[in-house]
Amino acid sequence: MPAIKIHVTSGATVPQGVIIKGGGKKLPDYRNVAAVIYLDMADFKRMGTFPGTAVEVRNECGKVVVSSQLTPDGPHPGIAFMPRGPWANVIIGPETKCSGCPQYKDTVVEVEPVPEKAPLQMADLMRQQYIDPLK
Amino acid sequence: MFITENAKIVEKDGKKLVTDCTCVFDGCACDDIACEVVNNEIVTVYNACKVGTANFLPCRGAERFTTPLWRASKKEAFKPISWDEALDKAADILIKAKHPMLFGWSETSVEAIREGVRLTELVGGTIDGQVTHCHGPSVQAIQEVGYAGATLGEVKNRADLIIYWGCNPMNAHARHMSRYSTYVSGFFRRHGRQERKLVVVDPRHTDTAKLADVHIQIELGSDYEAFQTLRALIRGAAVTKEKVGGIPIAVWKQLAEDMKAASYGAIFFGLGLTHSASKKNSVAAAIGLTQDLCNITKFQIMPLRGHYNVAGLNQVLSWLTGYPYGVNFARGFPRYNIGEFTGVDMLRRKEVDAMLNIAADPGAHMPQKSVQHMAEIPLIACDIHPTPTTELANLIIPGTHDGIECEASCYRMDGIPIHLRKIVDPPEGCKPSNAHWLQELVQVVEKKLGEKHV
Repeated sequence: MPAIKIHVTSGATVPQGVIIKGGGKKLPDYRNVAAVIYLDMADFKRMGTFPGTAVEVRNECGKVVVSSQLTPDGPHPGIAFMPRGPWANVIIGPETKCSGCPQYKDTVVEVEPVPEKAPLQMADLMRQQYIDPLK
Repeated sequence: MFITENAKIVEKDGKKLVTDCTCVFDGCACDDIACEVVNNEIVTVYNACKVGTANFLPCRGAERFTTPLWRASKKEAFKPISWDEALDKAADILIKAKHPMLFGWSETSVEAIREGVRLTELVGGTIDGQVTHCHGPSVQAIQEVGYAGATLGEVKNRADLIIYWGCNPMNAHARHMSRYSTYVSGFFRRHGRQERKLVVVDPRHTDTAKLADVHIQIELGSDYEAFQTLRALIRGAAVTKEKVGGIPIAVWKQLAEDMKAASYGAIFFGLGLTHSASKKNSVAAAIGLTQDLCNITKFQIMPLRGHYNVAGLNQVLSWLTGYPYGVNFARGFPRYNIGEFTGVDMLRRKEVDAMLNIAADPGAHMPQKSVQHMAEIPLIACDIHPTPTTELANLIIPGTHDGIECEASCYRMDGIPIHLRKIVDPPEGCKPSNAHWLQELVQVVEKKLGEKHV
């Protein structure tokens, strides 16, 4: 199962908004709606996997395991969508080019199927990503 | 206060119906919500969208902070402490810090923001919020080229051409189309949708695009080019390229004709412009296009602001300091420099040595380098529910849900101030409002610094 290069854009979705506003960020539901990458069917064919497979999304900023889902907003081959949240922000570049605003849309990443792994829950992700590396 | 007294509250069979509440979710700030309350608990919400409803009716199993929590080391577990101890610890953290940052504010009231500015001035810190990494570039563009805006009421009553560019209101502002722009019937648009043309420009076939008369699926990051092409076409210049943004020039020509033929056009743009590479330049080009169109017909442009009071932070900071966001008080007077005093950048460069976060979740919404530094420094987080930010905090202060548990004010996306009505009492342990505990914190800080409250 080969890794593919793709442009990622991130933003809001209704299911994720319901969990965020309902105070459910520590519930498993948050992971189910936000630890996701929405891909076009053409990109699933390039990877040789079915929707629902866990994938590792990575670039020079970091790497994160999320679930791959078929986009409801296609066709948009070569473009992937991730709901905003701690999972997507692992791969968002922090550089703002003196504008105060990072480039949340259009980040180039590599997506590789990792069927043996599963996305982390929010609290585990925060601990593993930010608290555990502390001295 | 008189507004709550005059609110229509009907009590029947042990249920209380509170009308004319305001939704505290997105920049639409819909003020036609009605809530049914039983035993100080909201049981039914009328008129709100799905996400707005979640604000009033939390998820099953959602945890609520009702007492301050403290841990000295981020690897330890939290322990409950009293409010006095919490305010004392918060004051110590902010006073001891050489360069504290007070971040957030977009999901709390105007009154709380005002106290926040006072606190920032006292501790010589930087005040900034989500506004910077959402529509900050839009504010920069407005500073550069001006603004051809209107209120949402004007759009509702007059607009016959609606353009959503780089935004997906069906997901992020679910009632925007039905309440303010597309489906609603207005004074001069009695037949609502039938009298309006809807154009969506987005690289994905989003839920909004599915409802549009025309969907222009442009390439990622080609907005600037597309706006300038439209400006050229509207001015009658010849465009020799066959495609712009991956779209044949004939499509842009048709859009330019539709724009010129409209009697009142409204362009709404979202984070698709501010979060792509050309940032403020795309927004400036969009405003330029609107200004050009105003020579021919009437057009307006408006950013779709995210949180219900994100415009409020800009407004309050502008009245009090003269600057819209990223304001630094290190020298005792306000200074403003985008990139230097903005949250993401200061955290990324590790220039902040303590942080107070309120009504925001930078732990979830900032890039990893900035969040890493948040984990390294003393962090005070005020929120109502657990978030990625509270997972990184030393001190958690339980927030009050402004606009649901206390009266408050906010600014809608078009800059209209709106009064928020109280529906239920805050849970036991929480303060009457966020402004209330911030005022107490200001007093503690003043006492420690030996200054008098002005």
